[in-house]
Amino acid sequence: MGLETIFGHSYLTTRLDAAVNWGRKYSFFQYPFVTACCGMEYMSVFASAYDIARFGAEYPRFSPRQADVLFVVGTVNEKLAPVLKRVYDQMCEPKWVVSFGVCATSGGFYDNYATVQGIDKIIPVDIYIPGCPPRPEAILDALIKLQEKVSKESVLDRKYK
Amino acid sequence: MTSYLLETIRSKFPDDILETHAFRGDETVLLKKEALLKAAAFLKDDLGFDFLMDLTAADYLPREPRFELVCHFYSSKHNYRLRLKCPVGADDPKVDSLTPLWAGANWFEREAYDMYGIKFEGHPDLRRILMYDGFEGHPLRKDYPLKQRQPRIPHRG
Repeated sequence: MGLETIFGHSYLTTRLDAAVNWGRKYSFFQYPFVTACCGMEYMSVFASAYDIARFGAEYPRFSPRQADVLFVVGTVNEKLAPVLKRVYDQMCEPKWVVSFGVCATSGGFYDNYATVQGIDKIIPVDIYIPGCPPRPEAILDALIKLQEKVSKESVLDRKYK
Repeated sequence: MTSYLLETIRSKFPDDILETHAFRGDETVLLKKEALLKAAAFLKDDLGFDFLMDLTAADYLPREPRFELVCHFYSSKHNYRLRLKCPVGADDPKVDSLTPLWAGANWFEREAYDMYGIKFEGHPDLRRILMYDGFEGHPLRKDYPLKQRQPRIPHRG
């Protein structure tokens, strides 16, 4: 929710959605919350072979306050859960979350006393990427799916209460 | 099979050694836990074992004594390795800390305490190292429920 909301429910709203969402979906600032080996695949997506810059998402911010998309890359354990929650809470709306790899998605094969069985037990998730670790193509595919999702949103929606 | 090293330790602590064995040069001494500290001091001061490589534990439930403390020593001077093991009972899981001899024992012992609940007497700061404050029980004990979860913050519905 930003400046665009001052237009309220005027007749411009639909066209404003299209303009704003077009801008949003091609300029994601990511916050990489990298905890495990998935980070290697994540890094390769930034490098020249896969080049996530082609999709406008090449700019990682290491402050959650400046980020739009939270990439949770790797295993999250119960000890770390409050940190993830706090990082998420510090991000400004609009914000999206991508769960990267099976560990973040479901705990993966870490079905044990220490591991959170999926980050959606802590924070809401928009896109899940399967794989252990996922290939870089899967990350680009997830990014495109996130762009499709964003393009269908309304600037008046407040996603997370 | 016997060795000079094991014979030396046997003759030094005849009443405390429960068992010794060696397999392909991998020498192990099983001794009473009351003798651990003095045996370790002997290893360090007289036999040149200058490095505590590892200290951990194992749970052999339902055997009694249930736990076994395992210490691996290395002598960089002689290129020798030695393993000391102590049976530790569940009713009184206390062992002397090795921190007076090797400062590096500090975190190993905190881990063994965290995972198995073995208490190290004389440790300067014996608290959990891997799990968080408020975690109940010791997760590597064989009777810790496999599916038990202890969320640190409430999970979403």
